[in-house]
Amino acid sequence: MIKAILIFNNHGKPRLSKFYEHYTEDTEQQIIRETFHLVSKRDENVCNFLEGGMLIGGSDYKLIYRHYATLYFVFCVDSSESELGILDLIQVFVETLDKCFENVCELDLIFHVDKVHNILAEMVMGGMVLETNMNEIIMQVDAQNKMEKSEAGIAGAPARAVSAVKNMNLPEMPRNINIGDISIKVPNLPSFK
Amino acid sequence: MALKIVKGSIDRMFDKNLQDLVRGIRNHKEDEAKYISTCIDEIKQELKQDNIAVKANAVCKLTYLQMLGYDVSWAAFNIVEVMSSSKFTYKRIGYLAASQCFHESTDVIMLTTNQIRKDLSSPNQYDTGVALTGLSCFVTPDLARDLANDIMTLMSHTKPYIRKKAVLIMYKVFLKYPESLRPAFPRLKEKLEDPDPGVQSAAVNVICELARRNPKNYLSLAPLFFKLMTSSTNNWVLIKIIKLFGALTPLEPRLGKKLIEPLTNLIHSTSAMSLLYECVNTVIAVLISLSSGMPNHSASIQVMKYLGLLAMSKILKTHPKSVQSHKDLILQCLDDKDESIRLRALDLLYGMVSKKNLMEIVKKLMLHVDKAEGTTYRDELLTKIIDICSQSNYQYITNFEWYISILVELTRLEGTRHGHLIASQMLDVAIRVKAIRAFAVAQMATLLDNAHLLTGNMQRNGICEVLYAAAWICGEFSEHLENPMQTLEAMLRPKVATLPGHIQAVYVQNAAKLFATVLKSQEGNTDSTAAQETSQLMIDRLPLFVQSANLEVQERASCILQLVKYIQKLQQKDVEVAEEVNALFAGELNPVAPKAQKKVPVPEGLDLDAWINEPPSESESEDEQPKAIFAKEEPKHSRPRHTEVDEKELARRREVRKQEQANNPFYIKASPSSQKVYQDTPGVEHIPVVQIDLSVPLKVPGLPMSDQYVKLEEERRQKERAEKKKKVKKNRKEKRSGRGKKHDSGPESEEDITPAHLVDIVTEEMPEVCWSCYSQKQHSNCLSLCFGFPRPLADSEKLPVRSHRAAEALKSPVEDGDARSAAIQEPKKKSSKEKREKKKDKDRDRKVKLKYFFENYVPFILKIALPSVYLVDETMLFSPIKVYDIQGNLQDGSQVVVSVIFENKCDSFLKSMEFNVLDSLNTKLQRPEGSGPHDGLAVPFQLPPGVSNEAQFVFTVQSIVMPQKLKGTLTFIVKNEDSSTHEKLDFKLHFTCTSYLITTPCYSDAFAKLLESGDLKSSSVRLEGVNMPFHHLLARICFHHHFSVVERIDSCASMYSRSVQGHHVCLLVKTAGQTVNVDAKCDEPTLLGNVLDEIKQTFSQC
Repeated sequence: MIKAILIFNNHGKPRLSKFYEHYTEDTEQQIIRETFHLVSKRDENVCNFLEGGMLIGGSDYKLIYRHYATLYFVFCVDSSESELGILDLIQVFVETLDKCFENVCELDLIFHVDKVHNILAEMVMGGMVLETNMNEIIMQVDAQNKMEKSEAGIAGAPARAVSAVKNMNLPEMPRNINIGDISIKVPNLPSFK
Repeated sequence: MALKIVKGSIDRMFDKNLQDLVRGIRNHKEDEAKYISTCIDEIKQELKQDNIAVKANAVCKLTYLQMLGYDVSWAAFNIVEVMSSSKFTYKRIGYLAASQCFHESTDVIMLTTNQIRKDLSSPNQYDTGVALTGLSCFVTPDLARDLANDIMTLMSHTKPYIRKKAVLIMYKVFLKYPESLRPAFPRLKEKLEDPDPGVQSAAVNVICELARRNPKNYLSLAPLFFKLMTSSTNNWVLIKIIKLFGALTPLEPRLGKKLIEPLTNLIHSTSAMSLLYECVNTVIAVLISLSSGMPNHSASIQVMKYLGLLAMSKILKTHPKSVQSHKDLILQCLDDKDESIRLRALDLLYGMVSKKNLMEIVKKLMLHVDKAEGTTYRDELLTKIIDICSQSNYQYITNFEWYISILVELTRLEGTRHGHLIASQMLDVAIRVKAIRAFAVAQMATLLDNAHLLTGNMQRNGICEVLYAAAWICGEFSEHLENPMQTLEAMLRPKVATLPGHIQAVYVQNAAKLFATVLKSQEGNTDSTAAQETSQLMIDRLPLFVQSANLEVQERASCILQLVKYIQKLQQKDVEVAEEVNALFAGELNPVAPKAQKKVPVPEGLDLDAWINEPPSESESEDEQPKAIFAKEEPKHSRPRHTEVDEKELARRREVRKQEQANNPFYIKASPSSQKVYQDTPGVEHIPVVQIDLSVPLKVPGLPMSDQYVKLEEERRQKERAEKKKKVKKNRKEKRSGRGKKHDSGPESEEDITPAHLVDIVTEEMPEVCWSCYSQKQHSNCLSLCFGFPRPLADSEKLPVRSHRAAEALKSPVEDGDARSAAIQEPKKKSSKEKREKKKDKDRDRKVKLKYFFENYVPFILKIALPSVYLVDETMLFSPIKVYDIQGNLQDGSQVVVSVIFENKCDSFLKSMEFNVLDSLNTKLQRPEGSGPHDGLAVPFQLPPGVSNEAQFVFTVQSIVMPQKLKGTLTFIVKNEDSSTHEKLDFKLHFTCTSYLITTPCYSDAFAKLLESGDLKSSSVRLEGVNMPFHHLLARICFHHHFSVVERIDSCASMYSRSVQGHHVCLLVKTAGQTVNVDAKCDEPTLLGNVLDEIKQTFSQC
């Protein structure tokens, strides 16, 4: 079983945290800090395994991690998982992210943590490995994204346009446009519930 | 209104979305907390709006804040709202948020049950998928209990994507609601063989997790996993399976042996490091259990040791280093009393030596050589020592003097077959290692001096072969001899004549070489008499060899004798002959590299591939070869070999051969017709190949040919009933004696024949399985047992007996002993059977340990037969020890698959099991084509003690409206150490109507339509005294009778199910206090009546 999956950067800022067991938010933060502390002080050329910290650990648990550029990918697993198997899994995860985001970088993870969660959900479910085949994972993620797009339909378009504009780093758009008096009839706008 | 919508949507565009939130936080590094608190306020505002999109956006942001450590549990209700959105986009956001922040104590989680159920049965696979993913993170015992049935249905979904998620989440359900394990297990097991690799992988994952908690219970799945292991190509699955096997092997040593081969294949073939590592890991796990085994299980430990060593030797081929670290362990194995383990260890040592440890290892081995008296093992040791030392061109030997002394020490072994091996090593080393020659010659001279020690017992002694080497070395390198004269004398002792001919020949030849050396040294002296004395010695001794029966010895001896005589003559004339004599043997023998030939250029005009002569026909050379060998050894009988035989000669030979063949009883004579085939091809024709013209089919009477068996069966059935049993035995016996080889021990077949050993079986029948065992109390039992899955129920868990069974049962109970003796004394089956029936009802509470298994989805609880087998002598070898589980499965409208678990609970080996059922008009066992309606089906496995296995039988069912009971018999052979007996068990299969129902989800509108249609007949039943919570009651009906809840309002619920043949069954369950009213409608009143009866039965047991 996988107990937790954490992604944080070189400064310990969490980029994704997925706990398959319940902890309070405070404990979760503590675990992330502690794990970061344990992992970050290790050299690049030492092994990728590490006996768990106080909080998440216990003798049966191991931290298995990989360091990619600015990000640490850490899996906390028990003895039923194969260490090298999990390392391979991390690799698959990162490669999948790379394909889904097209040259993934930390910024993608910062701004689209929900998407990362969705991708992860296709690989690991409830702490158990669901799928290891990258093509299958990508296919399912794409199919779901497609569905999301089709649901947004035309109504999604303005929202997308706005977010595109925002992403161009133009000066802040005026926040409060009063459109109370304007009555524009938009025929095909699907109703929002 | 329209304006409001538009305004809402446009407003939404400028709401902060997740990206804005993240950007904002990044821009407010200094006052992050403050910024976030304003954002949370904004989110709270957004959550108050009606627009679901706004809410979803807010929830999405909350999920991010949760990751940063902010408590968002206050928004739980909003999360549920978003989860229940009909749009996938929002639903996904909702479920993600729920999976991140819901946990068991989140109170709103109860509200989600129906929503999740709806999503699970959604036509959109991604709605279902997202619900499953979310549920996997926040499943609670309540959710698990309520949804287990729905998830189980999803395990057979048409989409592999759903199937794999459903399978995987079952583990979480098992954790929270252990009761579901039993019903779900058969389905789970099925999924191991799912066509989709993803589903397969998920099932393997789940079972591995389960097995980790209690590996013992999953031993019975080993064959299935074994199959997967050899067929699967998914590394992840393989890793899991191998890890599982690592856990299973210590429990079942026999597994290890089977595993070796596939593991080795994997080790050799895989490129994945992770898989390789796990393979090695598993092998090491086996080794660990080897070294730390318990002393009281020495037999199994020996097995483990052996397997471990075997496995290591396979690893050794690819990873020698990893094995080298276990040197001490392996050396210890050399002390083992088991010879095969020692041999295995020896094999390993071969690969482990290095320059450093060679001498140490060989020293240890030499110690063992001294200890070992058994010839095979000692011979093996000897060859291994030599192999180890000489491997890869003596690369590990640093000191050849040591090696020579080892070889000399080895010559002290008596009775070894490997004298020639030692000899060739001596020759090899002496020739190739120039520096060692002086030492080698000295050693060989000693050896020759003490030759009498070696030749002590000529008959069984192969070791005298070393004298061949010793003599040759002494002769060839005689210049290194310190005292050549002494050696010469040793070589010419009369005793030498008792040595084998080829050794004598070498002696004679090398005596001549030595003679030359001695002459040379003596001629330098002034005293010529010494030289003459030497010649005289030769002349005196050689005649012994001239008389030898061995041609070569004779030839060489007479040649050399004449030479020496001539030399003597010259010596008498004071002629210096030493130079010339030495010239006879001049020239040094240089070692030649194996590849040296390649360096010699092929002379021009020489075609190495061209035939020099016409190639002789293959058959001829084959024919002639033995003769050539013959001729070599006994020239008297040789005749000139014709390479080209003329036609006439050929014909003559053919004739002679035919004549010979005619007289030879071992030749099958050629029929004239078959002869024709070969007549046109001379040269081939005379080969004694004959077409066998069989007038009788190649069938040995008594061989277990299937059709023959059928015949015997038919015969048997025609006989009187009273004789039936005896006849079976006889048939079996005949059959067995045909098999012959399998029954090599005399007493075994004796057992069958001797009437004194007549064995009868007292059969007991189990009460039918009642669902009522699922009382609250047993729930807790199950929990505490922690996935004790296929285990027999403890007495406390024993199922209560159905009352009507008891009534049906008996008149006068018969005591145990009576029943047994009755069974022996009365050949008439009927009466004893009756008694058995009586007995079983009396005894069942006491004796019956019932193991059961049922399947929820298409659960099919069949009657569980409880056969207990008694051997009718006083020893009581078999106590009531065999329990069979029968569980079933429906596939389509008319076919029922019944899975039967056979568990051997006695100490003997069970084999030749045959399963037979008396067909009814309605329900028939499907038998292979061509077999009669009364033939049994062979169970395709045998059962060692304590092992259980599952077999499946297919039944065809015509009408499903009535429950069915089928009587059946299981015949088998019980085999223990000294005897084997033929036994028989009766059992009943019970097909309940419930088992024909399939859980089918139904929507409330469809349900209402169905009820309105008016096609359904109604019926009702009232259950009294049910004191369990309503949702438990529903869960029980769902589980045991395969219904699904359509709608539930307070203490009233509507349920639906569908039969395999398409009958709709609708229930309306109402509860008031302890009374439960079940109103039911169905288009088939009989079916409905029976289902209601069964439901009533279920609850009457509570």
